Amino acid sequence: MIKFNVKNKDHILLIGFIIVVALAPVIFAPIGAGYPDLLQKFAIFGIFAIGFNILFGLTGYLSFGHAAFLGVGSYTAVWTFKLLTMNVIPALILSTLFAGLFALVIGFIVLRRSGIYFSILTLAFAQMSYNLAYSVLTPITNGETGLQLALHDARVLDGVFGVTRGEGLPSTTLFGMAMSGWSGYYFCGVVLIIMFYISLRIFRSPFGMMLRAVKSNQNRMSYTGLNTRPYTLAAFVISGMYAGLAGGLMAITDPLAGAERMQWTASGEVVLMTILGGTGTLLGPVIGAGVIKYFENIFSSFNEGILMDAFSFLPEMLQHAVVSITGLFVGEGWHLTLGALFMVIVIFLPGGLMEGIARIGNVTRRWLKPKPVATTEADAAASE
Amino acid sequence: MDAFLLQVLNGLDKGGAYALIALGLTLVFGTLGVVNFAHGALFMLGSFCAVTLQSLLTLERVVLDPERLTAWGTPMEIRTPYIVDWFGDFGMTLIDWSVPLAILIAIPIMLLLGVIMERGLIRHFYKRLHADQILVTFGLAIVLQEIVKSQFGANPIPQPAPAMFAGSADIGLMLGFAENAVVYPWWRIIYLMFSGVVIASVFAFLQFTTFGMVVRAGMADRETVGLLGIDIDRRFTIVFGLAAVVAGLAGVMYTPILSPDYHMGMDFLVLSFVVVVVGGMGSLGGAVAAGFLLGILQSFASMNEVNSLIPGIDQVVIYLIAVVVLLIRPRGLFGREGVMEN
Repeated sequence: MIKFNVKNKDHILLIGFIIVVALAPVIFAPIGAGYPDLLQKFAIFGIFAIGFNILFGLTGYLSFGHAAFLGVGSYTAVWTFKLLTMNVIPALILSTLFAGLFALVIGFIVLRRSGIYFSILTLAFAQMSYNLAYSVLTPITNGETGLQLALHDARVLDGVFGVTRGEGLPSTTLFGMAMSGWSGYYFCGVVLIIMFYISLRIFRSPFGMMLRAVKSNQNRMSYTGLNTRPYTLAAFVISGMYAGLAGGLMAITDPLAGAERMQWTASGEVVLMTILGGTGTLLGPVIGAGVIKYFENIFSSFNEGILMDAFSFLPEMLQHAVVSITGLFVGEGWHLTLGALFMVIVIFLPGGLMEGIARIGNVTRRWLKPKPVATTEADAAASE
Repeated sequence: MDAFLLQVLNGLDKGGAYALIALGLTLVFGTLGVVNFAHGALFMLGSFCAVTLQSLLTLERVVLDPERLTAWGTPMEIRTPYIVDWFGDFGMTLIDWSVPLAILIAIPIMLLLGVIMERGLIRHFYKRLHADQILVTFGLAIVLQEIVKSQFGANPIPQPAPAMFAGSADIGLMLGFAENAVVYPWWRIIYLMFSGVVIASVFAFLQFTTFGMVVRAGMADRETVGLLGIDIDRRFTIVFGLAAVVAGLAGVMYTPILSPDYHMGMDFLVLSFVVVVVGGMGSLGGAVAAGFLLGILQSFASMNEVNSLIPGIDQVVIYLIAVVVLLIRPRGLFGREGVMEN
């Protein structure tokens, strides 16, 4: 009989995760999400949120500037495509590395402070990067237009390995396999699985325990003579690398990088994904990312016409009223829904969906298995 | 020298806005211990009070005049605002002065909004983590700005200053420089004076009234003040309302300088936070001083000479200063000991 300990539980979790990623096209088809473009987004933002969770979930440092690393990753990937090769592997490696370096520099400064100072500083750095990307760094970032591939790009490595130049813009490849459609999704999916596994190992490692200790009481850690900064800095850099990787994947699925990816709203979105799913849980961030991207996709596609149809069963007066109210939340107004969701989750379900699931699980378990009648209060307390 | 003076003046009006927002942020933080990411949204809502009043005042009656024809030969539409119909020239004056008049409607609206916000939402977050406070107010900021966007659209809506203050003042001439060396728009002078008055009255309110005394005592030691039988929660609610009013007024008066749009709140909020951090969390004087200081430094950084020396410095100077200040003097320039040390 298999012992049901943490390690086996993790294996089951990982296997389940792999199965879900592999069968995603089938599993998500009934809710209308079984197509590669959307599933890719799930995977990419899943990676982004997993990385953010390593910082926020484990150490409790709330960064409001993670989109900057995503942006750096995207720009690096597109530049690799332009200068070196259309193969995605160098792009991914370089975008992760560059984002990591960037995170190292920024983390070195901002981690001198914690709490709200840290949040404000990261926000300030992200805004600074965004402003710079729009203005002075235009030669690198191509400003408002965004960085794009061009026909006359150098692509040195492709030249060396004798990849023939076709007509028109090339597409990203993995050793000749075009990264579009399902192959694109499965590539992102594989990366997601690897990243999930790494985060699992970090969660279970002594390093992860140390980060959790930082979250629960950093002062006490310092009093025991331990310098916590290397640990928090490592967590910051790791999560920055996750973000850079996600940015690189974004550029792979669509070779275009724009500064708007670095805006504070983008940073806010990943915070929301993480807390929606469940901060500090393994699966939560991925679920949160999926839920948000799914509803973004659905809600943004709604318009007045669809709403009118949807509420056509109502009397006409009521139909117009309902449509005009719900109309605020869909289409262009998706951000309103996002903000409202943000508040609702923080107010009512600070542990996110994972806590919600756990609560429902507890209730049903109690319901299915009625407790033996406690004879005394002490017994009742003991059975808790 | 005259160029120097010009940059100082240019920085002062923006600094005034920073100082007013940062003052409210610090006030809320000092009293309630809450980090309010929705404070920028209050600034934005204030400026949309001005927009609303302007559009209410200019509600028009349209009459077709068959006597006069347009270029296409159709009768010309004569548009007259109702208020001009009713009050004649006085109506015209009202429209012209819509921005300053908006102060009158902004005060009660912002006070009400602030109190509702505090009682309805912030109150439940006193005991929660700072991260939760940040997150919930961040969500609120998004909600507020998206509501404004859906009502007023995404484009900036220009608000003219009263015709009396439309031009520029040749300050250089008054101070003995050459003609046209230091030219400064009248409205910005008004804004500067206005922010000075608001800041002074907030300080006077805290310093010279009994209410203010209790609030200051509460900032120092909330529990003891509560034990003395004073309903400190209610006073702090009013302080939150006051901070909302200050932010709102800053927004109203800023509309002729920067046409309001839905995301101006967040733009200013990020900078105001930096201002608060530089000034020192919990120090009201620090917030004001740092606000003006950073405003002036930003305007110096956007000079052509400086920009050609260090490209892009105008975009990042404020953040750079914040970083340097936090690294050298983590408490901020005027920070009190023991306030948010962690």
